[in-house]
Amino acid sequence: MDVPETEFAPWNDADEKPLIRFRNVTKRFGEFVAIDDLSLDIYEQEFFALLGPSGCGKTTMMRMLAGFENPSEGDIELAGQNIVPVPPNKRAVNMMFQSYALFPHLSVWDNIAFGLRRDRLPKAQVQARVEEMLKLTRLERFATRKPHQISGGQRQRVALARSLAKAPKLLLLDEPLGALDKKLRQETQFELMDIQEKTGTTFVIVTHDQEEAMTVASRVAVMDEGRLIQVSTPADLYEWPDNVYVADFIGDVNLIKGRTTASGDERYRIDWIDGQPPLNGVSKTVFSDGQTCHLAIRPEKITISTDKPVDADNAVQGKVLDIAYLGNLSTYHVELASGTVIKAQTSNTRRISRRSFTWEDPVWLSWTATAGVMLAQ
Amino acid sequence: MRKFALIAVPYLWLLALFLVPFLIVLKISLSDIALAIPPYVPKWDWATGFGAFFSQLDFENYIFLTEDDLYWKAYLSSFKIAAISTMFTLLIGYPIAYGMARSPEEWRPTLMMLIILPFWTSFLIRVYAWMGILSQEGLLNQFLLWTGIIAAPLTILNTNTAVYIGIVYTYLPFMILPIYAALDRMDGSLIEAAEDLGCSRLMAFWLVTIPLSKNGIIAGSFLVFIPALGEFVIPSLLGGSGTLMIGKVLWEEFFSNRDWPVASAVAVILLLLLIIPIVLFQRNQQKQAEAEQ
Amino acid sequence: MIRLSWFNVVSLTLGFAFLYIPMVILVIYSFNKSKLVTVWGGFSTKWYGELMQNEAFLDAAWVTLKVAVISSSIATVLGTMAALVLVRAGRFSGRMLFSGMIYAPLVMPEVITGLSLLLLFIGLGLDRGVLTIVLAHTTFSMCYVSVVVSSRLVTFDWSLEEAALDLGCSKTEAFRLVTLPIIAPAVIAGWLLAFTLSLDDLVIASFTSGPSATTLPIKIFSAVRLGVSPEINALSTIMITIVAVGVITASLVSKRQLVRQKREEQAAFRAQ
Repeated sequence: MDVPETEFAPWNDADEKPLIRFRNVTKRFGEFVAIDDLSLDIYEQEFFALLGPSGCGKTTMMRMLAGFENPSEGDIELAGQNIVPVPPNKRAVNMMFQSYALFPHLSVWDNIAFGLRRDRLPKAQVQARVEEMLKLTRLERFATRKPHQISGGQRQRVALARSLAKAPKLLLLDEPLGALDKKLRQETQFELMDIQEKTGTTFVIVTHDQEEAMTVASRVAVMDEGRLIQVSTPADLYEWPDNVYVADFIGDVNLIKGRTTASGDERYRIDWIDGQPPLNGVSKTVFSDGQTCHLAIRPEKITISTDKPVDADNAVQGKVLDIAYLGNLSTYHVELASGTVIKAQTSNTRRISRRSFTWEDPVWLSWTATAGVMLAQ
Repeated sequence: MRKFALIAVPYLWLLALFLVPFLIVLKISLSDIALAIPPYVPKWDWATGFGAFFSQLDFENYIFLTEDDLYWKAYLSSFKIAAISTMFTLLIGYPIAYGMARSPEEWRPTLMMLIILPFWTSFLIRVYAWMGILSQEGLLNQFLLWTGIIAAPLTILNTNTAVYIGIVYTYLPFMILPIYAALDRMDGSLIEAAEDLGCSRLMAFWLVTIPLSKNGIIAGSFLVFIPALGEFVIPSLLGGSGTLMIGKVLWEEFFSNRDWPVASAVAVILLLLLIIPIVLFQRNQQKQAEAEQ
Repeated sequence: MIRLSWFNVVSLTLGFAFLYIPMVILVIYSFNKSKLVTVWGGFSTKWYGELMQNEAFLDAAWVTLKVAVISSSIATVLGTMAALVLVRAGRFSGRMLFSGMIYAPLVMPEVITGLSLLLLFIGLGLDRGVLTIVLAHTTFSMCYVSVVVSSRLVTFDWSLEEAALDLGCSKTEAFRLVTLPIIAPAVIAGWLLAFTLSLDDLVIASFTSGPSATTLPIKIFSAVRLGVSPEINALSTIMITIVAVGVITASLVSKRQLVRQKREEQAAFRAQ
């Protein structure tokens, strides 16, 4: 998530034409509104992730792109053309299904060739393209096997090869790694990114796994109840969430609710619990005096110490309630006198025996004014 | 358009060859008998339409059914025979299904095949097979005389007993399969848990196995009871002149007495009687399907 | 958990004995020299010879086979269509009636089905013969086919058909190239079921056949009504043998396929 995204950012370029454009799309199933007046641009060569809990509408978005559902209102454009009236078999869009949907009665080779044959391509051309796809996904050895004769990871690669074979303008991936175990999933994530880069195809991936979205995507759209909550690069999503929902959904966070008072240029004082000193924060968005504000601070941005830190913007005292040891990291749950629990995370650069805090120890937590994000809602 | 054709073809076929014929039965059951071909006077006439139809509509065939005690005796007797044979099928089928579910895993497909195999063989032949066994000089009597259990041959063929045997024999697979399916799904550790909690083997069977196979028992019982109720072949081959079953009565009314209106009325009432067990069966199946989701 | 107690052994043995002894006796007595079916008079195959000379039986067998092949083939097409409608078509007006008409013939007593169809054919002025039997058999066996096929379609992964559309198939192509090959075993099973039901049927055929066409079950029924006959035993033996060979072969083949598929899946899993 720290990969620099500086070179590739067509969404910041006003002249760039998007490949896909959702224009005020609404999709209803009976009474249920799956997609609610949604507009979104996706650019060529992007690896775009739709992230959200199940039922948030992300799968409906994907199925509308593939052509299996039509919007109730609004248009969807692909390369400047409205594709709503185009049936799925005539769209330059291919999909990799969550279940892979490999044809069980056909070999790996025939599965990959299936789409090419529908285009009535000459035999030699089909042959060449299938070989190319097999090579790309390292499946040459398995060409004659049937889907049930290969492993889960290999099936996933066949599904990918099959959907890429027709060189679509847009590839849709529906929870592509959901069926794989954790280790294989991580390897495959990098493989996917590699293939995306090699082929230069625009990928749109649907996932409920935030780590997966953050790892593979150039931009992530966080969705909930048929609406876009935030569309940003993974780093921005983590560091600059727009609202409490995103801050809470992505990674671990401390959310402190208080009231703001302006205390200087873009600086604010936050009164939060009686008896605790007010907190200091920075925000580019303007807060009026007395406005409710949620201060979101990531646990790793909080320092834990035995002595009261000098010159810290914010410092609070409490005692260690719980320690979650994760190997590389430890998360301390610190309870303040008011009963509020704040999480702080440290890297375990030293061995356990030499660590300084244990249960019930009185400790100080401190962070800078710029460490947190002030959110109005 | 494609979807329309897909629906229309089987729909029209069933309308023409299932629903319409049944409406004709209903209509003829309300007609008068006549010595002609077809041997009835239709009450429905397109020329006179509905008004005339309802004005002359008479239920005399149905009234006839209630007056002649042959019919209601036949209905009652069919019910009794179907119920008793269903009970026997359950008593014989359950231990077999249980034994199959408890047998080593590698035997089960073979045992399953052996249960299904008779189903593929001709029903008529399976009923016929018992004629040679149950007759006065038949093999069963020969065997019993030889062992000395009986002194004189028993009369079994052409009695209700033979009908029971025939129904149990031919419908046994319908009872075994659903019960086996229910028992096979059952988690074996449930019995162990019951025994661990202090049940004896028998109590565990009564308190755990039986309730869990209840749906299979109900499904199997209906699958035997419903077709047994309208059975024709078994009572006419194995039963005697005293065996009254409604399917047989209908057949004779139609082919021997050539009284089509009465035969149709018998059919309509048989169907009405069947609706109750069929609805109960459907409900059980639905409940089971919902429980599985 | 797998312990075959004496109780289970006894109930299985007695149960299968009950199911099979009558048929075994039938087969044994078909080789009886004596005309008296209950007295063993020595081994002979003469009844098979007489059966082969019996023109009436051979004619009836030919009619039966013809009816079974034609009716089960039409029933398979109609039943598969009906199954697709039941599982896929969603809501349409008259759906309740449609599914009612599919399920009702399964529980309808044969005497009623037969009677009602006969009355229809008479009403239409249709001469009773092969055609009327075929129409009758198609109607009730298509319902069995649709039950068999729809139980397969319920577990069918529809994303396979979507994948075919996505890769450029028209709807018809997707059905022909993907759905049909995958559900083929169920369609074949449906055909076999329809075929056997048609071969087996006595009651409906009795109502719908005319003097021009008599089926084998009708012939057998009128013969056995008069009592047990060794010729019928011989005929039964032939029919039982055909069915047994068919069913046993089919189950062996499918078992071997299953074992192979399992082994390959395990191999693929280990290789991963």
